[in-house]
Amino acid sequence: MTDSGMSRADDDGDAVIRVRGLTMGFDDFVLMRDLNFDVRRGEIFVILGGSGSGKSTLLKHMIGLYQPLAGHIWVAGADIAEADDARREAILRRVGVMYQMGALFGSMTLLENVRLPLEVHTDLPREAMDAIARARLQLVGLGAFADFMPSEISGGMQKRAAIARAMVLDPEVLFLDEPSAGLDPITSADLDRLIQRLARTLDMTIVIVSHELASIFAIADRVIMLDKESQGIAAEGDPATLRDTSNHPWVQRFLRRTDSDEERPA
Amino acid sequence: MDSTAAGAEHPFEYDATAEPGPRLCLTGRLDVQAVERHWGPLRRRARELARQAQAGSVDVDLEGVVYCDGAGAALLHALEQDLASGGAEVRFEGMGRMVREQLAPYRELDAVEPARGARGGGWWPALLDGVDRVGQAAHSQFSFVGALTRAIGSSLRHPRQVRWGDTLRVAEAAGFQALPIVSLIAFLLGVILAFQSAIAMRQFGGEIFVANLVAVSLFRELGPLMMAILLAGRSGAAFAAEIGTMKVNEEVNALKTMGLDPMHFLVLPKVLAGLLVAPLLALYANMIGLVGGAMVMQGFGIPWVAYFSQVTSALSMSDLFSGLAKAVVFGLVVAGVGCLRGLQTGSGAAAVGLSTTSAVVTSIILIVVLDGVFAVLFYHLGV
Repeated sequence: MTDSGMSRADDDGDAVIRVRGLTMGFDDFVLMRDLNFDVRRGEIFVILGGSGSGKSTLLKHMIGLYQPLAGHIWVAGADIAEADDARREAILRRVGVMYQMGALFGSMTLLENVRLPLEVHTDLPREAMDAIARARLQLVGLGAFADFMPSEISGGMQKRAAIARAMVLDPEVLFLDEPSAGLDPITSADLDRLIQRLARTLDMTIVIVSHELASIFAIADRVIMLDKESQGIAAEGDPATLRDTSNHPWVQRFLRRTDSDEERPA
Repeated sequence: MDSTAAGAEHPFEYDATAEPGPRLCLTGRLDVQAVERHWGPLRRRARELARQAQAGSVDVDLEGVVYCDGAGAALLHALEQDLASGGAEVRFEGMGRMVREQLAPYRELDAVEPARGARGGGWWPALLDGVDRVGQAAHSQFSFVGALTRAIGSSLRHPRQVRWGDTLRVAEAAGFQALPIVSLIAFLLGVILAFQSAIAMRQFGGEIFVANLVAVSLFRELGPLMMAILLAGRSGAAFAAEIGTMKVNEEVNALKTMGLDPMHFLVLPKVLAGLLVAPLLALYANMIGLVGGAMVMQGFGIPWVAYFSQVTSALSMSDLFSGLAKAVVFGLVVAGVGCLRGLQTGSGAAAVGLSTTSAVVTSIILIVVLDGVFAVLFYHLGV
């Protein structure tokens, strides 16, 4: 059952990512069936769902790391599942990804980690690359830690450094897998503000996998909620509207953080 | 929007004029592609303008900039610094929100002090650092040897406390599963040894004494040595990688907080397994090497019976046990070094790789050094 807080953007010409009929899983195990949704340019789009519902798996399908069992995913106009290596590389040049655990390279300093995409994809002089990488680290509050190794900083700092690396090429689409998890409330709020600045000022489209409700209500323009039981999208729309109007019991329990249907506030 | 298409639609251009006052006018998309092309020329032009300004002001008009990414902001900040270092006062005009947002972290960085101060230069601090590192390494190694000795002593007094299940599992992996590679190497060693010496011996009609050479070389020297090097490459590296990964994943800390001593839980089973399998593998390698030598000698007209009869007459019990004693020590060294390097692992995937490499290199160096020590020792003991 899909409970739509706003109309499905089937004919939305401004979609940066378009997912149609996506069935995902592993071999004989189907995780989600027939997913259909769009991500529009410049919006902050959040993929919600319980643990094991396939949020991160969906994100990995959207960046071409996993092949769908069926269906299509168009990113910036190209079907990422069917693109050849050169085409996929061209698409991925236009997106930035922050993985759940940060995935910083342990043998490089933070500066070297953030500079790496610039070295691979641009012909900028080293001085410019260093300046950009340092500025990105400063943007996430790590300007003073450029020469530290990932092992010398905390998990939250590693996550912020990973975000700096993901956005160093000013991507059109930024994918963030659980960006707020493990961060203290102040850092998490700072990160929310940064995400909003990126979307509003730089017209960046941001796709976030999360279940941090405070953060979602603060920044999300639109969410989809994956339901493990029905293997599909339980709801789609802006989070406040869904919380106030959705009739879907699981959506209500999730967004209002009630323990059971009976405890749901009237 | 496709950046290439957008770049074609709004190409970046700049215009520098000295009259009526020094002025730099930037228009179009200030993106990576524009910065790649204009980084050097534009900064040179800015420095010229600063000279022309003669400590006056330079106006930078950004009204026509339709897009600015991180690279564009880096260029603007570099221009700002170039003009300021030339003594000119910089005045940005028409700066949009996007440019201001992008430029902000660059300006903030000017006031940021590195969280870690620069290390003092010169040879004296470097020497002190080096001495400190050597001291720390020696301390950690002596501590490990002490703790391991205590653990082995404790296991002898309280054998029921030893994790024999883990020990047998490690022994199977390090010993039984190593048999194919040990067989191959030992067989080839026997073949090569016999073949090379038989060619020389044949000139004197002494092919039969090749059996003496092969047997004594294998039992006293090459069997234990080759076995130890294979054990270091296979099992020492595996011990270091396994414990190192556990250290990185904080599993070692978890053991400590649960009241389990990593020395008893992780190290002792591996060291006992090393002590157990090393002499057995060395003995097995010796036998297979003898078979390799026998097959070569068949080609030189020496029958199996004559060959093995010569081997039994050439070998003494001291040859056998001196080799096995060395194998026991080598097994202890390989397992101990593998575990030590694993426990010394720092943070991150790279640290596990370094520990593994270090375990193999240290083990091989120690094996060769100890082999030399044994040679001198056995000579003086008359073994």
